[in-house]
Amino acid sequence: MGQEKALPIKIQGVTKTYGSVYALNDVDLDIHSGEFLTLLGPSGSGKTTLLMVLAGFNRPDCGSVRFGEREIIRMPPHKRDVGMVFQNYALFPHMDVAANIGFPLKLRGLAKEQIRPRVDEALATVQLEGYGARGVDQLSGGQKQRVALARAIVFNPRILLMDEPLSALDKKLRERMQIELRHLHEKLGMTTVYVTHDQREALTMSDRIAVINEGRLMQLDKPRAIYDQPANAFVANFIGESTLLPVEQNGGVPSFGGVALKLAQGNADGELLLLRPERLIFLDDDDKAEFNRFTGVVREVVYQGESFLVYITLAGGHEVAVRSVSQRHSIAAAPDVGDQVSLGLHRDETVLIEGSTEGGMD
Amino acid sequence: MKPQSVSSVGVNAKALRKDEQRERLLLFGLSFPALLIVLLVIVVPVGWLFWLSLFNDAGALSTYNYSRMLESKSYLRIFKTTFNVSFLTTLICVLIGYPLAYFLSQISRRWAALGLIAVLLPFWTSLLVRTYAWLVVLQRKGLVNQWGIELGWWETPLRLVHNLNGTLIGMAHIMLPFLVLPLYGSMRSIDFDYIKAAANLGANPTKAFWYVFFPLSLPGLLAGMTVVFVLCLGFFVTPAVLGGGKVIMVSMKIETLIDLFFNFGTASALGVVLLVLTLGVLFIAHKLVSLDKVLGSGDGV
Repeated sequence: MGQEKALPIKIQGVTKTYGSVYALNDVDLDIHSGEFLTLLGPSGSGKTTLLMVLAGFNRPDCGSVRFGEREIIRMPPHKRDVGMVFQNYALFPHMDVAANIGFPLKLRGLAKEQIRPRVDEALATVQLEGYGARGVDQLSGGQKQRVALARAIVFNPRILLMDEPLSALDKKLRERMQIELRHLHEKLGMTTVYVTHDQREALTMSDRIAVINEGRLMQLDKPRAIYDQPANAFVANFIGESTLLPVEQNGGVPSFGGVALKLAQGNADGELLLLRPERLIFLDDDDKAEFNRFTGVVREVVYQGESFLVYITLAGGHEVAVRSVSQRHSIAAAPDVGDQVSLGLHRDETVLIEGSTEGGMD
Repeated sequence: MKPQSVSSVGVNAKALRKDEQRERLLLFGLSFPALLIVLLVIVVPVGWLFWLSLFNDAGALSTYNYSRMLESKSYLRIFKTTFNVSFLTTLICVLIGYPLAYFLSQISRRWAALGLIAVLLPFWTSLLVRTYAWLVVLQRKGLVNQWGIELGWWETPLRLVHNLNGTLIGMAHIMLPFLVLPLYGSMRSIDFDYIKAAANLGANPTKAFWYVFFPLSLPGLLAGMTVVFVLCLGFFVTPAVLGGGKVIMVSMKIETLIDLFFNFGTASALGVVLLVLTLGVLFIAHKLVSLDKVLGSGDGV
């Protein structure tokens, strides 16, 4: 095609209320042309509402949405020319696979001879060659997912929306499809907005993640930045496992339990210390000057297969967890319940977060 | 793998099999009264009817009652009228009922429930009362003609009753719920995501309706049409009252044959033929959609 393969999306001031509840609260979001952006949030956070606003199925109270230069906020869904994969696939049960995929082309006035090769091409793209004559109810969940995807991309939309498309698949298939979708996105290059409540899925697939809660954008960044430098307590708790401990600020010097914290950057702002189980290690008495040290008593040890968790009650009464990979050495060195232990957190991984401990338990 | 008869020798196998048999027997016991009633009020009388139809006026065994039906033009005409009236009534019900069911299926369930009650309301008055009410409304000096003339819409009274018009108006009114209920049920069960998907793929509302919603509503529509058509085939009261003797359907002919001429043989033969034709209609409908849907009023209701 002569035109661009992708369009940027500019969302400005989009608000949607239901009674006194904000589903979307003044959301601004710039989605780059060709990027894979994930809207991540718990159920009821507004992520699906935002996707439906983009698709045209939800009319917001106010705001602006532009695809490229074009304002589309009042444009009916059938004119928006965006591909969409629905959560339950929404494959038409009265049409076979080829008719489903050919449907958008038929609506665009293409002749039968023109439709068939493009349907075949789309089927090949999703690795379902020769499935055209199948009925929709003869397909497995994974195959339906692929057909829905083929139908959404067959008319070369420059924007692709996906509403938790993998949630109905079992874990193994879901993980394989995540990689496949990612490759497909790299190949086709269209701007993709992906909705999920599964943080691991978001971290695996996205160029950038927009974390949404209570209708507000909580953080927008690359997966690693979201995980390593959460902007607030909500993001820290929602993504990954974490414990947030209150920090005392004495004249710009943050300390915990009376001991000043060693920090990597000059960034000493924030009232909460982020502790992730896999970032904590058990320290011997002598070593590691670049580590912040915490002491406590082992309360419980939980074996989880590939790793194990040790729950520790710190001297100040706070509870933290340490995750270690299950290996011969680490299992042999694992403490027992009641043991006194020293935990270390590397200064480069010592992160402070603005906010209060409210909602800080995991 | 071949199924092996291992289960028959294991621990408790005998007792477990006995439990299963007892449950099956209990289930049969529960359905027995209904089966008995079906046998007594349907199978026996229909068999007797068929038996009666095999005797001529002189009381001798013959196929005269059936051959007469094929030879006499008047009988053919009655069957033709019956199918005609049934077809037209079904058509009117579809034209009125489809938009109604569609509307009800698109509003919230609470309002739709109110609408459905309104549709069902007439069921709580007797069929005879409703039919005579139409007579009052539609007759020469009835409500409709009075208003129409006073408002200057027409000058001489319209012939709305004692003919095909009246029959169709009355029958369509009585049959409408039988179409709306299964149709509404099947429309409710259409996932709105299909319509959204159609719109997303580029279908304007009209196209989304014809390409997606309408085909998906067809099973319910066919179910409703079949019920209405089959009920119309045997309808008696309304065409008898509102047709004014000008519209003669099979059921009315049966009534005259028995009441006036005491001719049980011919009446029975008519009944048997009507029954066979009705079963034929059901069979064709079953070929188009499954019979559970036809008789079980769609998915959702």
